[in-house]
Amino acid sequence: MSIVAFVLISILTLAGALAAATLPKLIHAALSLVVTFLGVAAFFFLLGAEFVGLVQVFVYVGAVAVLIVFTILLTRREATAADKFNWRGAVVAIAVFAGLVWAILKTTSLSIAAPQIPALTVKRIGEVLMTDFVWPLQCVGLLLTAALIGALILVMEEKRQ
Amino acid sequence: MTLSILLVVSAALFCIGLLAALSRRHAIYILIGIELMLAAANLNFVAFWRFSSQPQQPTGVMVAIFSIAIAAAEAAVGLALVIAIYRHYRTTNVDKLNQLKG
Amino acid sequence: MSSWIVTNVWLIPAVPLVASLIILSLANSRRKAAAGLAVFGQAIALTMSILAFLLTLQSPGFRAFHNFTWFTFGEQALRIGWVLDPLAAAMLMMITLVGLCIFVFSIGYMAADKDFSRFFAYLSFFSAAMLGVVIANSLLLLFVCWELVGLASYLLIGFWIDRPSAAAAAKKAFITTRIGDIGFFLGILWLYHSSGTLLFYDGGKGCLENGGLLLLGASATFVALLIFCGAVGKSGQFPLHVWLPDAMEGPTPVSALIHAATMVAAGVFLVARVYPLFSFGAIDGVTPSLTVVVSIGVITALMASLIALAQFDIKRILAYSTVSQLGLMMVSLGVGGVAAGIMHLIAHGFFKALLFLGAGSVIHSTHHEQDIRKMGGLRWVMPVTFLTYAIGMMNLSGVPFFFAGGWTKEEILHATGHWKLSHLPHYLMLAGVVLTALYMTRQMFYVFFGNKRAASEHAHESPRVMTMPLIVLAVCSIVLSMVLTPAWPWLHSYLSGKQPHFDVALLIQPMLFVSLVLVAAGIGVGCLIYRHAREVDPLAQAQPALFRTLENKFWLDELYDRTVVALARAAARWSDWMDRNVWDGLVRWFGGLGQSFGILTANFDERGINAGVDETTAGTRGLGRVISAWHSGQVQTYLATVAIGMLVLLILYAWLT
Repeated sequence: MSIVAFVLISILTLAGALAAATLPKLIHAALSLVVTFLGVAAFFFLLGAEFVGLVQVFVYVGAVAVLIVFTILLTRREATAADKFNWRGAVVAIAVFAGLVWAILKTTSLSIAAPQIPALTVKRIGEVLMTDFVWPLQCVGLLLTAALIGALILVMEEKRQ
Repeated sequence: MTLSILLVVSAALFCIGLLAALSRRHAIYILIGIELMLAAANLNFVAFWRFSSQPQQPTGVMVAIFSIAIAAAEAAVGLALVIAIYRHYRTTNVDKLNQLKG
Repeated sequence: MSSWIVTNVWLIPAVPLVASLIILSLANSRRKAAAGLAVFGQAIALTMSILAFLLTLQSPGFRAFHNFTWFTFGEQALRIGWVLDPLAAAMLMMITLVGLCIFVFSIGYMAADKDFSRFFAYLSFFSAAMLGVVIANSLLLLFVCWELVGLASYLLIGFWIDRPSAAAAAKKAFITTRIGDIGFFLGILWLYHSSGTLLFYDGGKGCLENGGLLLLGASATFVALLIFCGAVGKSGQFPLHVWLPDAMEGPTPVSALIHAATMVAAGVFLVARVYPLFSFGAIDGVTPSLTVVVSIGVITALMASLIALAQFDIKRILAYSTVSQLGLMMVSLGVGGVAAGIMHLIAHGFFKALLFLGAGSVIHSTHHEQDIRKMGGLRWVMPVTFLTYAIGMMNLSGVPFFFAGGWTKEEILHATGHWKLSHLPHYLMLAGVVLTALYMTRQMFYVFFGNKRAASEHAHESPRVMTMPLIVLAVCSIVLSMVLTPAWPWLHSYLSGKQPHFDVALLIQPMLFVSLVLVAAGIGVGCLIYRHAREVDPLAQAQPALFRTLENKFWLDELYDRTVVALARAAARWSDWMDRNVWDGLVRWFGGLGQSFGILTANFDERGINAGVDETTAGTRGLGRVISAWHSGQVQTYLATVAIGMLVLLILYAWLT
């Protein structure tokens, strides 16, 4: 893995994330979010988990970001109004970042180089999915069903009497 | 490239997500923040798998995959919630959604 | 046999007492049973008294006693006992015989009364107590029975409980005798303190025997005078005589039994019993205490006879007559004629009971009319009553020969004539004889002679159950005269412990003539004055002021009321004031103390504890308010809190590992 790629992708991702957090207009934030997701997908590729990276692009960029845009559309009235930035939240976030970084750097066992690994094939992922992780798979299926139904119920028009 | 650096990056991503969730008043910003945090967590999982001593066990990857699926479901429901709230209260300002107080 | 009788002489009072208790436990409607039990009890007592009397005839001067220890306190023992001697035996006979006659009379007299059974219970109780007084060998036992006699008298005087006058009379009797009893009790205490024993006869150590008397020494006079106080109260001597006439409020049988024959005689009996105390250290038979006895007796005898001359209630005349005769007996005892006094006591018991029962018969037949001005001409209507009453009157007036009363009065006058100190009592008693004959003649004329007045219209002779006792008593008094004549002074010798001898020559004595003359004079003058008795008393017409004084009993009752009674009332008022204000005030003050303490506690509770609790709860509520402010409902706040918490945990974890 090259350092350059790593640095570039990190900068992209973090910049996109910052933009998504701080831009005043919502639609701009949503589009920055897409950029962030793409950066994360690039990370996955970089780390050798190509399948996850692709799934990330499909699901996150294809579905979630689009969902967010749709919702912005549906809640338009206040979407155009810019709102204030709350600095208290920034303080908490910075504190948490400082703590996390301190914890990470303190743990010396994490300073290891990347070992050489064989490529992770989709076949292998499929195998693991159907054997070791079959029950989580079923649960996720149930969960997705429930989420679907729940979302539908939440947005259903109330019955007119 | 060491694992620590990767973890720092994902920590930064996490905190930016936290920032987004805590500092904006619009409900959708909170959802954006949550997505960012989830993405950071996924990144962590995959990083740990990559640097692990047993790469033939793709545990980190599987978790990341499941996490993505769940994130999607959660985003759907969350956004449905926002729409429902908007329809009822005619606002997406979370400061105004304060009826759950003690 | 003799010792058995002496040891068990206590049965004589015990039998009427048991009868009384049984009657009290019966229902009020069992009248026949009540009367029967009472009469039966008294009859048994009479039988036993006869046995005891026969025992005492064994030897002249017989005296047997039986003492035992009642209880011990520390090292001292209180001993009581009973004694049987001529004095006791004669009294026993008189009390039981007269009592039996009166019990039988009461069956007829109280027949219409609703409290018939209660009456007989009280009568039996009285009889028991009186017999106890007579046989007591210890001054303490005598005092106990003395008080019981007083109690019985109170119950019987106030027998008709719904009459306020009866209740007042009973109270007056009890309180007046009580005043005398204080002196009596002080005498007992002094006697016990000086001589260490209260037994009369104890084989030489008794207080009436040489051993005890020597221990007393000069204080015998004071002890005797204190004991005499009790006798003054009980026998109605001046100044404690005021209760006796009022005691006529009780039924007539009660007056007969208690205030003629027995209870009032207890005082005279007491003086006779403790005579050695009076006569200790006598010089020619004169001691200071005996002189006091004589003086009081003389005053009483004369005063009462004068008052009797102006009374109009048939029973009151007899009551004052009793007081007068008791005074005479006291005089007799005082001058040394103990046997004479006791003889007169016994004879007086019979004929006074006879007179009272006769009066009761008259009252019963005139439908409870007691004013003699409303009676008259009853001798044709009630012959038996008239005859027996006449016999009683002759006894009382002192007609000698066939009448016991005459002989005994003779003896007394004889004794007073031989008193060394002065002859004044003798002359005054002679005057008393005249007065007695006078007022009795007055009564006879008013009641039985002359024309019939208002109440005599529907009078009739009394039933047999009432006239029989009258006849018995009349016969007794005549028979008694046989043993009283100076020719054969049997009773005198018996009582004084000498051998009697029959000598007709002793019959003729100068005293006899003197008394005959006086009695005849009295009766004659009485006939003259009262022959034509009218509504208005002849004496009242002649001397209205004197008559009014006599009629109002020398204003003594009013004097007592203004002084003694007023003092008692003032003391009562003061006590009440103390009770209401001082003691009650003290109690109220304590209550106030408790109350103020309560107020203090309540305030402390209100202000201190309550306020403290309120403050604490307010604080808790404030704290709650503060904490609940954290629940702002702001989602982002919650999220921030979670994030910070997570950070803390992370740091903690990182630090510790």
